[in-house]
Amino acid sequence: MTSVPISGRAASGHPGRRVRRFNRASRKAVLNLLGLLVALFALFPVLWMISTAFKPANEIFSLTPQPLPLHPTLANFQAVFSGSVIGMSYWNFLKNSLFVTLVAVALSSLIGLLAAIALGRFKFRFRTTYLVVLLIVQLLPQQALVVSLFIDFRKYNLLDSLVGLILVYTAFALPVTIWMLRNFAATVPKDLEEAAAIDGAGAWTRFWRILLPLISPGLVSTSVFAFIFAYNEFVFALTFLGTDTAKFTLPLYVQYFYGQNSTNWGAIMASSTLFTIPVLAFFLFTQRRLASGLVAGAVKG
Amino acid sequence: MVTSSHSRPGTSSPAGSTPPGHEPHGSLKTTDRPARPVPVLSSRRRAGNWIRKRGLGPYLLLLPATAVIAALILWPAVQVGLFSFQNYGLMQISGVLPAQWIGFANYSQILHDPEFWSSLKISLYFAVAVVPLTLIVGTLVGLLLERLGPRMRTFVSISAILAWATPAVSASVIFAWLVDPDGGVVDWALEKVPSWLGGGPSWAGFSWTNAPLPAYTVLTVMLVWTGFPFVAVTVLAGLRTLSPELHEAARVDGAGPWRDFWKVTFPLLRPIFLVLALLSTIWDFGMFTQAYIVTGELGNRDEYNLGLYEYSQAFTQPPHYGLASAAAFVLTIILLIVTVGYVRAAIKQGAFA
Repeated sequence: MTSVPISGRAASGHPGRRVRRFNRASRKAVLNLLGLLVALFALFPVLWMISTAFKPANEIFSLTPQPLPLHPTLANFQAVFSGSVIGMSYWNFLKNSLFVTLVAVALSSLIGLLAAIALGRFKFRFRTTYLVVLLIVQLLPQQALVVSLFIDFRKYNLLDSLVGLILVYTAFALPVTIWMLRNFAATVPKDLEEAAAIDGAGAWTRFWRILLPLISPGLVSTSVFAFIFAYNEFVFALTFLGTDTAKFTLPLYVQYFYGQNSTNWGAIMASSTLFTIPVLAFFLFTQRRLASGLVAGAVKG
Repeated sequence: MVTSSHSRPGTSSPAGSTPPGHEPHGSLKTTDRPARPVPVLSSRRRAGNWIRKRGLGPYLLLLPATAVIAALILWPAVQVGLFSFQNYGLMQISGVLPAQWIGFANYSQILHDPEFWSSLKISLYFAVAVVPLTLIVGTLVGLLLERLGPRMRTFVSISAILAWATPAVSASVIFAWLVDPDGGVVDWALEKVPSWLGGGPSWAGFSWTNAPLPAYTVLTVMLVWTGFPFVAVTVLAGLRTLSPELHEAARVDGAGPWRDFWKVTFPLLRPIFLVLALLSTIWDFGMFTQAYIVTGELGNRDEYNLGLYEYSQAFTQPPHYGLASAAAFVLTIILLIVTVGYVRAAIKQGAFA
């Protein structure tokens, strides 16, 4: 794959212009072809999921699978919405997921913002230690902590409870949120604030008028990050919501759906499509922001 | 950090960790800024000055975050360590019997459990297969992206990002469907491949999830599929920071693309590669969700990786929380060792200079 670029460059040394032009064109064609192959590899599973979701049963189990449904049907989606397969509608689980996710995002943004201001705008003892501990905390594998959290949650009646999940998602989104926001907070020039202070702006005004507007792009990135983390999270949901189907979040619902009807691929893919497409749309919508936030958070750190 | 986590070690209660969220509201208004003395002193300001003089502002701002992280991450981590030395099981969690300290008995039981070793082996082999593959595929795609025209580059990178953004649960269910013996497209395609390429009719109805090797082959492809876009996009971002003159100079000196990559690009991007390798190792070695779903919800003990092994100790009947904690501790230690290794390498390379 890497050898492809040679053709263009090696040729540019001596031979005639026509050869060079031909080489450049063929090089471009080869590169574009490779690009298409990569895109196909990346998109195929998702496209296959969507396509299967629209296929009637006889096409799903056909001996020669077709890339697109010959007779598209909405029956699979109807089964998912009506809840005819596991007795509860998709809407119920979407509601759970959105509730948990949105509250966790709001909490972690707020708490993370306060901490980020402390770490980005103040000098104090333990600041570096704090940042290092945050890094280490991120490395602790979730499935290692889940046992201990399960026992605590059992003690405090937080099992089978969406509140318990909100707490965990808030906590686990915090380290990254703080790290990323800290970099944004640190880049706001001190002069701006000092100038405002001279003009008589109090701490509160300076926060609202100067710090917050300048940090808000970072806040968008970290919210997107926290949203995706909480919306997709599986291990904690699996462990803490174990027995109460009505409380399931979407990832747990999709997995449960798959576990219960492992041959009803049309409906499984429909449920998975309804779970996945919002994330992908969200990503497409915010990816530029997200990328810049990640870069700002990672590289400048 | 140490101070503040010290201050609330006993409050394992997650419920106890929410109220502090309100405190800084008040404190923020007043403590936010050091700077200039203000002539008019309202009572709020006077409190602010008091806090400011003692330099308490940052600590107050950090209080809620510290409380949440301490109660829900640090304390559980400590507790895992404690449980790993106790005989914590069904009787103990239901309060019938008190937990007893049993020294290293949990560890010795795990280390004598062949299932532990097979799961550790699976985790190691898996990481050794997936991490380099992800990095190689991702880097090649990153180099490719750099050479594409702008429109094609956008198209390919957005496609790749969609793969990366696909939730682990969806990816697992999709791949389970792709390799399903009845109607899955992979078996169908392999059947059509000529036999001298390894295809042929014997692939019809091949079950991918009933044995460790095929199951982890599927997981390998899945995790490379999920992981390569992040590598590609990061490498692309790195490539764009390199000045074209460097490559120009290398070419003038007669270096082909291969040498150009290893002598110019790779050394300059080494810090990026180190971070990517570390992240991939952590993700792949600690993989749980995908393995849980693809190998059938803890049903196949011979397909456990370390994460599944640990989880099954606690969450299959009868529960052995002590054993699970010991396994979790081992898992965490391995990841920490890996991390320290990478960080040392990074420091040696001057990545943090």
